[in-house]
Amino acid sequence: MTLHQIIFGNLTAQSIPLDNPIVMGAGGMMALIALFALGAITYYKKWTYLWTEWLTSIDHKKIGIMYLILAMVMLLRGFSDAIMMRTQQAMAVGKNVGYLPPQHFDQIFTAHGVIMIFFVAMPLMFGLLNMAVPLQIGARDVAFPYLNSLSLWLTVVGAMLVNISLVVGKFAATGWLAYPPLSGIIYSPGVGVDYYIWALQISGVGSLLSGINFMVTIFKMRCPGMTWMKMPVFTWSALCSMILVALAFPILAGTLGMLFLDRFFGMHFFTASHGGNAMMYINLIWAWGHPEVYILILPAFGIFSEVVATFSRKRLFGYASMVYATVSITFLSFIVWLHHFFTMGSGANVNAFFGIATMIIAIPTGLKIFNWLFTMYRGRVTFSVPMMWTIGFISTFAIGGMTGVVMSLPPVDFQLHNSVFLVAHFHNVIIGGVVFGYFAGVTYWFPKIFGFKLNEKWGRRSFWCWLVGFYVAFTPLYALGLMGMTRRLDHYSAGLGWHPLLLVAAAGAGIIGMGVACQCIQVYVSIKERHFTRDLTGDSWENGRTLEWSIPSPAPYYNFAVTPNVHARDEFWDMKEKKSVNANIVPQTQYDDIHMPRNTSTGFIIAIFSGLFGFGMVWHIYWMVGMGLIGIFSAVIARTFNKNLDYYIKSDELLAMENARAGILLKAQSSERERVEALI
Amino acid sequence: MTAITTDHHHDHQLHADETDVFGFWIYIMTDCVLFATLFAAFAVLHTANFTGPTLKQLFSLPYVLGETMFLLASSFTYGLAMLGVYKKSRGTAVFWLMITFVLGLSFVVMEVREFMHLYADGNSWHISAALSAFFTLVGTHGTHVSIGLIWMALMIFQVLKYGTAPSVNKRLTYLGLFWHFLDIVWIFVFTIVYLMGVI
Repeated sequence: MTLHQIIFGNLTAQSIPLDNPIVMGAGGMMALIALFALGAITYYKKWTYLWTEWLTSIDHKKIGIMYLILAMVMLLRGFSDAIMMRTQQAMAVGKNVGYLPPQHFDQIFTAHGVIMIFFVAMPLMFGLLNMAVPLQIGARDVAFPYLNSLSLWLTVVGAMLVNISLVVGKFAATGWLAYPPLSGIIYSPGVGVDYYIWALQISGVGSLLSGINFMVTIFKMRCPGMTWMKMPVFTWSALCSMILVALAFPILAGTLGMLFLDRFFGMHFFTASHGGNAMMYINLIWAWGHPEVYILILPAFGIFSEVVATFSRKRLFGYASMVYATVSITFLSFIVWLHHFFTMGSGANVNAFFGIATMIIAIPTGLKIFNWLFTMYRGRVTFSVPMMWTIGFISTFAIGGMTGVVMSLPPVDFQLHNSVFLVAHFHNVIIGGVVFGYFAGVTYWFPKIFGFKLNEKWGRRSFWCWLVGFYVAFTPLYALGLMGMTRRLDHYSAGLGWHPLLLVAAAGAGIIGMGVACQCIQVYVSIKERHFTRDLTGDSWENGRTLEWSIPSPAPYYNFAVTPNVHARDEFWDMKEKKSVNANIVPQTQYDDIHMPRNTSTGFIIAIFSGLFGFGMVWHIYWMVGMGLIGIFSAVIARTFNKNLDYYIKSDELLAMENARAGILLKAQSSERERVEALI
Repeated sequence: MTAITTDHHHDHQLHADETDVFGFWIYIMTDCVLFATLFAAFAVLHTANFTGPTLKQLFSLPYVLGETMFLLASSFTYGLAMLGVYKKSRGTAVFWLMITFVLGLSFVVMEVREFMHLYADGNSWHISAALSAFFTLVGTHGTHVSIGLIWMALMIFQVLKYGTAPSVNKRLTYLGLFWHFLDIVWIFVFTIVYLMGVI
């Protein structure tokens, strides 16, 4: 081993692709933005604030916000990958080879899938869970606030590893699930797959810990009176999703672990020789992967249920059936994984079982669709932005669901397997279901967390661009799939007649791009105009039904000054109907002490060392691996000696804070009244 | 007033402990799924010996039975340590924790010797998928036990330093769950990998 290898492992100057203008441009851009952000923090002297209020915070609402920021930043990255792929396919026909060499194109579609699922959809989901679940169940925090912070930072570190791979070395060029033997050491000898493995392992541990955390939170921390069938539907869907996380993510960890052992120690789990079995990887990864899609969609279903009831001013239709449907989807999601590879050749009977199981899932899902429609029926529907996402979802998702049922027929699937018909199908359900759902959720709960609403006008524009853009981008792919176009093509011949439809698809991606731009403008405008859109009542949408709307906006760091006592399914709606006094808005004469956890830097520190460990494993820099491991262990052990983990908000402090808040609120309400009167 | 506040805090502490232990149970279940994945891989690959020896030819049952006895005994002595904790007897707790540590360490040492022996004879994980699956499943269990040993050393230190304080008791409860869980996993390893492999 040379000195260079001891210090830098396999990392050399050639690892940085200086000759690739696209990569270096993107990398330079990211470096510039990072430098600008660091400079701004230093200039405004915000380092202490950032450290004490954010990086070490274990407040679930702040952690939720940080998840959202991560998701939004990574959405921009994942979306640029999408635009690059669409442009390449629109260009690379016949003699034109496009602007992306195959090796780079392969990395782009891999990165697109990995980023969108692991670092956009998952953080969005955990962000929304953090923002809403504790408030919905009347809890002061999650069950394990420090683990919550650790989960966040592990996810961030995973995302950073993917981003570092853009400039230092390369990313996997294997597709987002890295099937062997292609992802084995023989066919992918570089660091790409190692980046993939460690980014996913580290963020996967974060997701698993979050899953456990929210499961325990929902099981054990519901306020008095909130029995199972009085729980808000979003919390139900979150619970089911978290059960799936706890059952599925260990499979991912085990599977990627075995892939790592193959690559690093020369084992033979999935190799093409020595008795390895590549199809076992594909079975195992989908035993995680199929529940994963339900991990993402179930909370979205929950959001739609909340939104549709609030904006129709009606009780959710068929609450009990909604719960049973969610639970049965949770169960069914574990017995359909084989439909991702009917072509494996497991025989007619096995394929028939998985085909039928897949079709059965359409029943509870269809039931949900009807429940939402019946909730709207004869309701006084307000077409606000969250409701628009919901209606866009119902129509789009129904189409996506039906194309899924088409593919659940094994003989049909043999024709459509690996075609862009499949690509169109899963984007139809992921964009039309997950993405629309999370955008609805962000818009819906935004005022509860920030205290002001997102701008309606730009929200509508964004919605229409996304909706229209989606159809323009993906309907052609259904047709192209039937015409025989396979996925992941960087080039095709002119005689196939695919070019016009791919031009349309590229235009669709452009329209979605406008939607993303509208969202960026929406955030900017909303922050700029926040003084005019303050939520003064706490009931941001005026027709709130569940507990999160019974407290002021933004939610105080202790959430509930007085722990609520639940009597009805829609407790807050019930309170309003009965005109009972809301102790979380009207100051009381006396409060109980509140037990609170102290902020801690341990989660952040562990995540940093995990990042060092991961980077060291990718490049075989063993001193860094050792440092990472020792750092992780030391941080964990040091915390067990820390006795100063919690504190109490004393009742008189709480009294002063609640009175001050009520005073500010009254003043703001009267000045708001004056402002409105002046306008009239 | 003071009395009421203390009572209130006490209640909260109890409630929090119950929640925490429940959380640890859920973690144990996720670890169980991880082992299930490795067992599944072993089940698929255990006959894929390629040109190498079959697993049947490699195992010495009496040796593994010895390992098993060490681990089973360590679970029992851990129970005795916990009895000491409940009686608030620091000495008893530390004594039995140390015995447990020695038994656990003996298990790990025996396993490492078995692995080294296999490796030295040229039967390493490179040889076949069956051996890869064997080393990974048994090795993952061994790694868990080793982490448990580091944890136990830490707990011995903490019992000596803090006595049987509530936070220490809670961690001992976690470690107990972890330790007994590893025992149960080993029963499956012993049965499925060794017994069924040889018979």
